This record gives sequence, C-alpha cells and structure tokens, in this order.
Amino acid sequence: MSRDITISVLKFNPRDEDSKPEFVEYNLKETPGMTLFIALTKIREEIDADLSFDFVCRAGICGSCGMVVNGVPTLACRTLIENYPDGKLQLIPMPAFELIKDLSVNTGKWMDNMSTKVESWIVSNDEVDITKIEEKMDPDTADAVFELDRCIECGICVASCATALMRPDFVGPAGLNRIARFSIDPRDKRTDDDFYELIGDDNGIFGCMSLLSCEDHCPKHLPLQNKIAYLRRKLVSVK
Amino acid sequence: MSDLIEGYIGKTTNGKKSRIPAKLDYIQSLTGGFLAIFMWGHMMMVSSILVSKDFMYYVTKFLEGSFIIDGGSPLMVSIFVFIVFVIFVVHAALGMRKLPSNFKQYQVLKAHTKSIQHQDTQLWGYQAFTGFVMFFLGSIHLYIIMTNSADIGPYASADRVWSEWMWPLYIALLLAVEFHGTIGLYRLCIKWGWFDGKDPQATRKRLKKVKWALTGFFLTLGFAALIVYMKIGMEHADKVGEKYVPTSMIKEAK
Ligand code: HEM
Ligand code: SF4
Ligand code: FES
Repeated sequence: MSRDITISVLKFNPRDEDSKPEFVEYNLKETPGMTLFIALTKIREEIDADLSFDFVCRAGICGSCGMVVNGVPTLACRTLIENYPDGKLQLIPMPAFELIKDLSVNTGKWMDNMSTKVESWIVSNDEVDITKIEEKMDPDTADAVFELDRCIECGICVASCATALMRPDFVGPAGLNRIARFSIDPRDKRTDDDFYELIGDDNGIFGCMSLLSCEDHCPKHLPLQNKIAYLRRKLVSVK
Repeated sequence: MSDLIEGYIGKTTNGKKSRIPAKLDYIQSLTGGFLAIFMWGHMMMVSSILVSKDFMYYVTKFLEGSFIIDGGSPLMVSIFVFIVFVIFVVHAALGMRKLPSNFKQYQVLKAHTKSIQHQDTQLWGYQAFTGFVMFFLGSIHLYIIMTNSADIGPYASADRVWSEWMWPLYIALLLAVEFHGTIGLYRLCIKWGWFDGKDPQATRKRLKKVKWALTGFFLTLGFAALIVYMKIGMEHADKVGEKYVPTSMIKEAK
C-alpha cells in the first residue's frame, strides 16, 4: 500500500534577483521506510532538478540536513514520512543561518564564528612531549567530556531558540555547550574568570531565557538544560 | 571614572569584562522570586474575605501592626507597599532587557512561536506579555493602595472593587500576575537547575505539573475572593465610605 504524500517546500534563491520566496508543492508516492532524505532525492531526480538541500551521511551523524519540518527543526535524514499521518510536510530552511538556496543554509559559517567567539579549543601552556604517552584522564571525566562532544553542529538548537532568532549575536545553546565541554576537560587550563571573559554577558550565558527549545529539539539529546544551568551558577558568582 | 571607562571601552578598570550582567541576571531572579512568593501571601490575605468579614477585618488590623501599636497604623502598610513598589520597578526594569525591543525582534518571535508550537517558548511569550501589561495595571494598583492604606477592610475594599470601578482592572491583573508569577517560578527553578538531581527531564515534568496546579489554585482563590468583594460592594453601593465595624464591637456597644 503506498500513500500519496505532499511535500511543500519554501523555495528561494537570494542570489537570483528574479527569485521570490514561495511554497512549491510536490506530490509523490510514499515507499516503505521512506525518510525525508529519500523523498527529497526523489523529488530532485524526478520532479524538480533545481531543488537545493544538503545531505552527507544520511545517518544523523554529520549534521548537514537540518531543516524546519512542519514548524519543528529536525534532521531530515532521520525523519520518517510515516510519522506524518496526513502525509503532508511543509519544509522551510532553518532560520538564524545564512540562506544559500531553498533548504540549504550555511550552518558552517555560523559554527565557525561561534567557535572563534567561545575559543573552542584546549587552552594550556603545558609543553606537549609527543614521544611520551598522553597523560591519563579519569574515565568518568572522559565520559562527561565525550557526552558533550557528541554535538554534531547541526544548528537545530539555534534554529529552535527564540533568543537566538531575536538576537543574532547570542552564542546559542551549541556555543554554551562548547564552554561546558572545555570547562570539565582537565587539560584545559582556563579558569572561571577566563570563561567569564568569553560568555559573561547578555550575548552569552546571561542572555539565555531558559526557553528549553534547544533541550527539546537537539537530535543528539545533549543535556543542554542541565549544562546551561550549571554554567549560569558557575559564572554568576565569578568575582 | 570607572563608569565612563566601562561604558565606552566595555572593560572594567582592571581590563576585565563587566561583572554587572551577572548581577542583573541574579537580581532579576531575586526580585521575581520575591514578588512571586509575596503574591502567595498576598492572595492568602485577600482571600480571608472568603472566611468572613470579621476575619478579613482582623487580618487587616494585624497587618497594620496592631500587635505593636494599639489599633494598628495604616502607615505600616504604606511603607511596606512602597518597598514592594520599588522591588516591582527594579524587576520590571530588568525584565525589559528581555522583551523584544524592535519590530524585527517582535516579528521573528511571533512567527517562531506560532510555527514551532513549543510549550515553554509559548509560556515565555505569555510571561513577556503579562509582564508588559503589569507595567500599567500593577503600577495603578500599587499606587492606590500605597496612598489609601487606611481604606483597606471588608467594606472599604469592596467599595473600591465595585463602586470605584477597580474590578475590571483586578480581573486583568489577577490573570496577569498568576500566569506571570507561576511561569516565572517554574523558569526560576529550571534556570538555576535547583531541583535537577539525577534526572533533570523528569524534574522538569514534575515542576511543570506543580506550576499548573499553582496557577489553577491561585486563580480559583483569586476569582472566588473577587466575586465576594464585588457582591459585598454591590450591596454596599448606597453606603460607600462607611467603614466596617466588627461584630464583637457591636455587641460591646449594646
Ligand atoms: C511591570 C511588571 C513586570 C514586568 C515588566 C516583568 C517582566 C518579566 C520578564 C520579561 C521576565 C523574564 C525574564 C527572563 O526571561 O529572563 C520576568 C521574570 C519573572 N517575573 Fe516578572 N515582570 C513584572 C512583574 C512581576 C511580578 C508582579 C511578579 C510576581 C508575581 C513577577 C515574577 C517573576 C518571576 C518569578 C520571574 C522569573 C525570574 C527569572 O527568570 O530570573 N514579575 N519578569
Ligand atoms: S547541541 Fe544538539 S541541536 Fe545543537 S548543534 Fe549540537 S547536536 Fe545540534
Ligand atoms: S545527512 Fe548527516 S545528519 Fe542528516
């Protein structure tokens, strides 16, 4: 049994002067186990070769395929069409990011900018001797670091966050998560004082309005609510 | 000088990022938390009318300090209201930082809230809207009570509600304060991770339930009390200005 489904896509090419943003509807037949990635590929192959969207891994790992599906930012490669009982899907490019064309947005540029702002790397003056075995890390600490390192930079938390949409300079949940990650890494020698320099203002931790849309939409289920509260408690008392 | 340097250069005099945003966030929570808890106590006193006129009368006298000064003094109430007013203004000033402050921000907030259908985002929208409403309604109420603190009592308050046309304002203010306050307390717990424990998501679900229960409880109590004041006010409309005399004193006079 195959259903008829309708996928409506907001098409727009900001680089083409004649292009106007508009919804274009595509009708197709659902196939068993069809993901949104498969559906979009089918549309591009059979109906509209001009449709732009991004995919790489098709397995929820690379973070390229974020888009707004029926209002909710999601990874398209992990979205099953069968979960939409009425067979209607409306697709919009994720807000907050520079629009490339149709569903394709430049999350990379945003993430680069964020990484620079929060200095997303280990900061230490320790000499590293590469002839020696690395210093050991307590397994629980390592687990805690890996847990937060699972972020795939898909940008869904940013596109979900009303604060980030209203205030483009906000480092966003992904940015705050990055600080939380380095603050528990024992190799990073930065102090709370140093972290305050990076996110101790209304574009950082004190800008977060606890809407928890990040927590509720992150496809990797990162503990954003808990980590943001942790950073707030930590940095509010910095002398 | 340091204000000038921090204002223009964006760094403190020892070359660090300003510590003020941290303090503002903290004070926002502190004043919000105080106001919300105060509103619980306030609602308990207001709803004393549900017990009896006498009971409300004695609660009022007690708050006028009848335990210290014989007969109590409304000045005690005025001073207390003034303090609450100051806290209210501080909280509102800090809350303003978070409201959408230009059309673009308002537009994207509206489009996003409508599109994403996410409850906590929606609740923040209510909080922002009710906060904005209270700039006006809260100020009117606080000013009137501060300057008329002698006129609180079973008849005086009921006259204000009915004959002095406060009931429409009180309906709106009651809705605004109960939604704003309970959502605010929920957000306060989330924001600082107070009850996170081992399973923050489970805690959040529980907090949400408590939040709705509190909203329901205080709205019910508030409307019940308001209806009683309206009824008393209606019946007392031809004797506006007459003060309530507790039953025990009537007996003594005989
Ligand atoms: C003119 C009046 C008011 C305005 C403009 C206002 C505005 C706001 C805003 C915008 C927020 C959200 C802050 C954020 O997202 O970080 C907030 C939080 C809060 N408000 Fe109000 N508010 C007012 C009066 C009140 C009153 C009367 C109460 C008590 C019932 C109250 C209790 C709270 C609480 C508990 C919070 C949470 C604190 C926090 O997030 O740090 N507010 N207020
Ligand atoms: S925190 Fe989650 S939603 Fe945000 S970018 Fe990382 S994986 Fe995506
Ligand atoms: S294509 Fe890689 S996460 Fe969807």
